[in-house]
Amino acid sequence: MYPSAFGYYRAASVQEAVALLGEHPDAKLLAGGHSLIPAMKLRLATPSALVDLGSVAELRGIRQQGETIVIGAMTPHREIEYSTELAKTCPILPEAAAVIGDPLVRNRGTIGGSLAHADPAADFPACVLALGGTLTIQGTAGGRTVEAADFFQDMFATALQPGEVLTEIQVPARQPGVGMAYEKFAHPASRYAIVGVAAVVRMNRSVCEEARVAMTGATSKPTRLTKLEAALAGKPLDEATLKATCVNVVSPDGLLGDHTASATFRAHLTDVFAKRALQRAAERSTSR
Amino acid sequence: MADTVAITLTVNGVERQADVEPRTLLVHFLREALGLTGTHVGCDTSQCGACAVSVGGVVVKSCTLLAVQADRAEVTTIEGLARDGQLDPVQQAFWDVHALQCGFCTPGMVMATHELLAHSPQPTDAEIRHGLEGNYCRCTGYHNIVRAVRLAAEKLAERESTAAAG
Ligand SMILES: Cc1cc2nc3c(=O)[nH]c(=O)nc-3n(C[C@H](O)[C@H](O)[C@H](O)COP(=O)(O)OP(=O)(O)OC[C@H]3O[C@@H](n4cnc5c(N)ncnc54)[C@H](O)[C@@H]3O)c2cc1C
Ligand code: FES
Ligand code: FES
Repeated sequence: MYPSAFGYYRAASVQEAVALLGEHPDAKLLAGGHSLIPAMKLRLATPSALVDLGSVAELRGIRQQGETIVIGAMTPHREIEYSTELAKTCPILPEAAAVIGDPLVRNRGTIGGSLAHADPAADFPACVLALGGTLTIQGTAGGRTVEAADFFQDMFATALQPGEVLTEIQVPARQPGVGMAYEKFAHPASRYAIVGVAAVVRMNRSVCEEARVAMTGATSKPTRLTKLEAALAGKPLDEATLKATCVNVVSPDGLLGDHTASATFRAHLTDVFAKRALQRAAERSTSR
Repeated sequence: MADTVAITLTVNGVERQADVEPRTLLVHFLREALGLTGTHVGCDTSQCGACAVSVGGVVVKSCTLLAVQADRAEVTTIEGLARDGQLDPVQQAFWDVHALQCGFCTPGMVMATHELLAHSPQPTDAEIRHGLEGNYCRCTGYHNIVRAVRLAAEKLAERESTAAAG
């Protein structure tokens, strides 16, 4: 299988990518290509041109600015998986990266591509939402910053406007007392999330001051489990609390369901995986 | 036909120049333009890993990469592993423990094993299975493939220690 014909432009900088998108309104950005190229081979996507971000060095890499971790949009999943800095400053991202697809997919796929694509079964969107991350976007009108909560709008739909490039993802560096974990029930063939839960908890001694829990896989966009979060505040995150709170966390009404996993089953999985993620997040909150 | 793009890449140590249509997949370029048919097309949907090759030092699925994306990169295919008629340690390990039946998945398995051992030189069986999740075998049941990877890890470690001693 091969895609229908298209023009190919390689950008050397973000500025050039924005300019190329301006010149070719039907063009799509090409990052790792691991969502876009399969779609083009199936002719589900038929862009007239691609603007390749593969040579834009400024978009790749992980750095810390004060209390904020900044990740370039073109940073591949594998670099996140093996980042020794992120293992300390934001361990949920390497943990989620390590369960995306398979190693060969992780060598090409990028965090920016994953967030921009907004596949409802993708792993990073729930993590970035639970972390309270922000996304930096460049367009002809200049740059803007969008909260993760406003970025994800629907299945495959984000705040990105035509002609815009997602450049950076910012997440807070882990503070003492904060623990985080990602747990997913992977589709047995594709490895995408049937249900995935990202939990970020802030503990004071053994009491939960704040819990941020987000799910993916069963909702059209990554979704905060606000009812559960509220039930956890002020409680110890012990077995008794988790057993009592991780019950009917979401209603099956309106959840995605298919021949692999019905909406009812996914609602059940959400309880199980929320509990696991919270348990591990709480355990890790004591590590320095 | 759309305009072609000039690319220059090094494949198994040999510099290659070509004009390709942007939609040419790397796997088709390797097989059809260069005649390197050791890289297979299995699923053609990014799942099976039969098309795995190394690009810029990392192993990827060449059915999900455009040839233009490999411009200026070093590419290694299964044909580039043997030296002076000697199989490389991973290939030899697959031979030694009979880690194949039809052999269709083998080139991709060998490439993915290189990737796996570069990251974890002494993997556990669980790490081997996790590391080969992107490669499907429809014949062997994976048992001997896992044995081959274990043996390859030993062979590579031996080669390292001999090199260090020599
Ligand atoms: C076999 C297989 C298994 C997979 N399993 C999983 C899994 O378990 N979990 C998971 O989360 N994902 C999975 N994926 C998807 C993978 O993570 C993709 O790589 C990712 O979703 C898209 O990233 P990319 O860099 O490949 O983007 P591309 O495919 O290049 O682009 C995707 C879309 O985003 C747009 N885009 C890309 N970068 C930008 C940018 N910087 N600014 C604006 N728009 C941009 C593109 O125009 C395109 O529309 C899997 C993929 C495959 C092939
Ligand atoms: S042919 Fe490329 S992954 Fe199957
Ligand atoms: S040996 Fe036949 S597919 Fe693996």
